[in-house]
Amino acid sequence: MLGFILRRLALIVPTFIGVTLLAFALIHLIPGDPVENISGERGMDPARRARLLHQFGLDRPLAVQYAGYVGQILHGDLGSSLTTHDSVAHEFATLFPATVELATFALLFAVVVGVPAGVLAAVKRNTFADYAVMGVSLTGYSMPIFWWALLLILFFSVQLGWTPVSGRIAVEYDIPAVTGFMLVDTLRAGDMAAFRSAVSHLILPTIALGTIPLAVIARMTRSAMLEVLREDYVRAARARGLPRWRVIVVHALRNASIPVITVVGLQVGLLLSGAILTETIFSWPGVGNWLIHGVQSRDYPVVQGGILLIAALVISVNLVVDLLYGIANPRIRHA
Amino acid sequence: MRESSAPHSNSLPAAGGERAPSRFGEFWRAYAQNRGAVVGLLIVGALVALAIGADVIAPHPPHEQYREFTLAPPVWHAGGSLRFILGTDPVGRDILSRLIHGTRLSLLIGAISVAISLTLGAVLGLVAGYFRGLVDTAIMRMMDVMLALPSLLLAIAVVAILGPGLVNAMYAIAIVLLPHYVRLTRAAVLAEAPREYVTSSRIAGAGALRLMFATILPNCAAPLIVQATLGFSNAILDAAALGFLGLGAQPPTPEWGSMLASALEFIQRAPWVVTFPGLAILVTVLAFNLMGDGLRDALDPKLRRSTA
Repeated sequence: MLGFILRRLALIVPTFIGVTLLAFALIHLIPGDPVENISGERGMDPARRARLLHQFGLDRPLAVQYAGYVGQILHGDLGSSLTTHDSVAHEFATLFPATVELATFALLFAVVVGVPAGVLAAVKRNTFADYAVMGVSLTGYSMPIFWWALLLILFFSVQLGWTPVSGRIAVEYDIPAVTGFMLVDTLRAGDMAAFRSAVSHLILPTIALGTIPLAVIARMTRSAMLEVLREDYVRAARARGLPRWRVIVVHALRNASIPVITVVGLQVGLLLSGAILTETIFSWPGVGNWLIHGVQSRDYPVVQGGILLIAALVISVNLVVDLLYGIANPRIRHA
Repeated sequence: MRESSAPHSNSLPAAGGERAPSRFGEFWRAYAQNRGAVVGLLIVGALVALAIGADVIAPHPPHEQYREFTLAPPVWHAGGSLRFILGTDPVGRDILSRLIHGTRLSLLIGAISVAISLTLGAVLGLVAGYFRGLVDTAIMRMMDVMLALPSLLLAIAVVAILGPGLVNAMYAIAIVLLPHYVRLTRAAVLAEAPREYVTSSRIAGAGALRLMFATILPNCAAPLIVQATLGFSNAILDAAALGFLGLGAQPPTPEWGSMLASALEFIQRAPWVVTFPGLAILVTVLAFNLMGDGLRDALDPKLRRSTA
């Protein structure tokens, strides 16, 4: 087991190095250099330019610059934003809980609806229920979620007035950010009205972001269940006269869960892609929104740092999923 | 499909004196069993026709601004007219005409980005799988890095480097799609390379290039065709998302995503300016996904849809 973990850990080291190279290259591939970007359109006299280049260390050889960059990363220094002058790492840490909160609920929504829907489709194979689930999930899978989010707002917020249009909480509540998770912070403050406001703000973004993972999970659950339901042990369980639901939930679903769990783990990248769009539409103050603003305002330290941190996150989550999979399934471990 | 260079591919005797179905006939029978796939194919066919004939079919030029008819509602709304069937946008351009011209753009984006990444991906995958060793490790680790970034984020990073615009968005999407083709091709090459037909071809004196491209590649075609079809839907979705974020096609280009973004402020007064471009994206992506599913079932029942 330990050998397996170490092997997997060793495997991600080159990936991490590659990501730092990519983030480093990003700044150097952008047309113009950072000094030019600071000086703007007006230009700058050559002497001052040379001085600034020297000050930023941009006149050193690339390899030296890269080594310096990696050194900075290892010290947790990702530079500071060109617009707010705040440290990138700090900004990310402040905004990240909002994204995690949204992504967690989206994934929860996807699993809670997707798994039962997939089971239903498999058990009622080739019936109306199956076609309905598969049709809806194929549509969800093909959905441009920025448009889907707008439709949700148009219907639930504008037409019915049930949910707020944007943000994480109504402006009248001033909740101190302790954990950064709005639901936790409002509960800590003991303010139920604020908690309800936070929940109502979370509903539409959760649905918008959860739709594609929901579709993927429903499809995967269905196909995993169809495979398992054919197995002899399922027939044997039925033959023993066990109740139908027990056979489905205990015997079949449990064995179908390994591929499903893997798929759930793989949704993290998809969720972060979707979070960029969802946060933009709902003005959700998370890292996706922050990154888009960074790109639009050419705030390169933000883009560079954000990409690095998100990539590190995805790699780590994939590693955890891999390890869990290895624990659940010894055949993988010894492959 | 899998046996194009296998020695026995044409020597199977037709059963019971009947004519053996042609390979295309066999493929079509399997494909047509999936009704969704047939629907997808019909929609894609219609979209291609729209794209080709856009200049003739669209009732108005896509950039023509009818200033006296800004935000005209669709024909079935009160105040709608047959002149602007799906209504007009905030500057009075006919939405239907813009959508029809947008079809051309979306299909073009899909075709070009898939073509770039399929070609590059197949070559890299062939090289990695055929030569193994250091080349293989280098290529595959690079792909791992690209896969570590969420697809839209990678596309945004590329656009940040190249600058926003339709053409750069295509390059960005081609790069995002690349790792899937490399991995698929490499896996297929690893499976095919030890087969006897490859060995016999090598003994007959075929060089590395001939072995890679003429002997092995045709037998890796099935998963690549499926992935390319699904790649179309990813490309169209990502291009629309980039356009929506202001990083892809720039207004006044009638690209669906940027059409949607530029009308956002009118969403309450005139929901149709947002509804129809989104619907166009959904229908197109859905059609390609249906086709991809059908192709996968028909070409290789063992293939599973990749989960990404």
